[in-house]
Amino acid sequence: MTVLGALVAQNIAFGVIAAIMVFAAIRLVTTRNVVHAALFLVVVLGGVAALFLLMGAEFVGITQILVYIGAVVVLFLFGIMLTRTRIGDEEGTDHPNRLPAVLAAALVATVTIYAVVSGFGDVELPAETRTTTAEVADSIFSTYIVPFEAVSVLLLAALIGAIVIARRD
Amino acid sequence: MLLNQFLVLSAVLFAIGVYGVLARRNGVLVLMSIELILNAVNINLVAFGSYVSSISGEVFALFVITVAAAEVGVGLAILLLLYRNRRSVDLSEADLMKG
Repeated sequence: MTVLGALVAQNIAFGVIAAIMVFAAIRLVTTRNVVHAALFLVVVLGGVAALFLLMGAEFVGITQILVYIGAVVVLFLFGIMLTRTRIGDEEGTDHPNRLPAVLAAALVATVTIYAVVSGFGDVELPAETRTTTAEVADSIFSTYIVPFEAVSVLLLAALIGAIVIARRD
Repeated sequence: MLLNQFLVLSAVLFAIGVYGVLARRNGVLVLMSIELILNAVNINLVAFGSYVSSISGEVFALFVITVAAAEVGVGLAILLLLYRNRRSVDLSEADLMKG
């Protein structure tokens, strides 16, 4: 495939993924069925992983699928099962008055989109952005070794904390 | 590909997540909206990382993924405790510390 053809294919793929993600995200925050919300979350997280692969970040993309879709969503489904009695549509998932939330979200979107559009008007990403897993590993275990260890301890502490909080005494 | 494609999509997802956090009353749904926000941040990190041809963006995205996993674990444990004590995960009923 020529360079131009690859670029067109990338843009089409981005458009399709972005449309699916925005639709699923809107359904995620509006649906009344909590289980459906978790399944829409899977779609959004899968879209994010696809975007990572599109940007050539293969290791982050695979980690996204493993950690989020593999573990976090399952954790959410367990959370739903343990905290609910009824499967299906549920009353009282939303506040009765949603206007302030709509206004706040619209304000955030307007300001951020205005800022990035005026700041990065026509900036192109480099044509070749692929990074290998070996580069990520080299960086984590040399430059970022201290944050890496800190985040390992944080994860351990958080998981022990979760067990302690949720344990029946 | 333009850098802006990713930044604008990320901003849209972030705003949808903010709406979810503010408008939802079910605690599990609020946690899901927080995940949406963190993923929007990750898209930005990786996009800027490939824009400046640096690996740091991806490494930070990995750190954010780890912290998000820890946050979901603790968050769901707290919700479980809330449900066990009050038979509901409705956040507007959890107003014990309201002044």
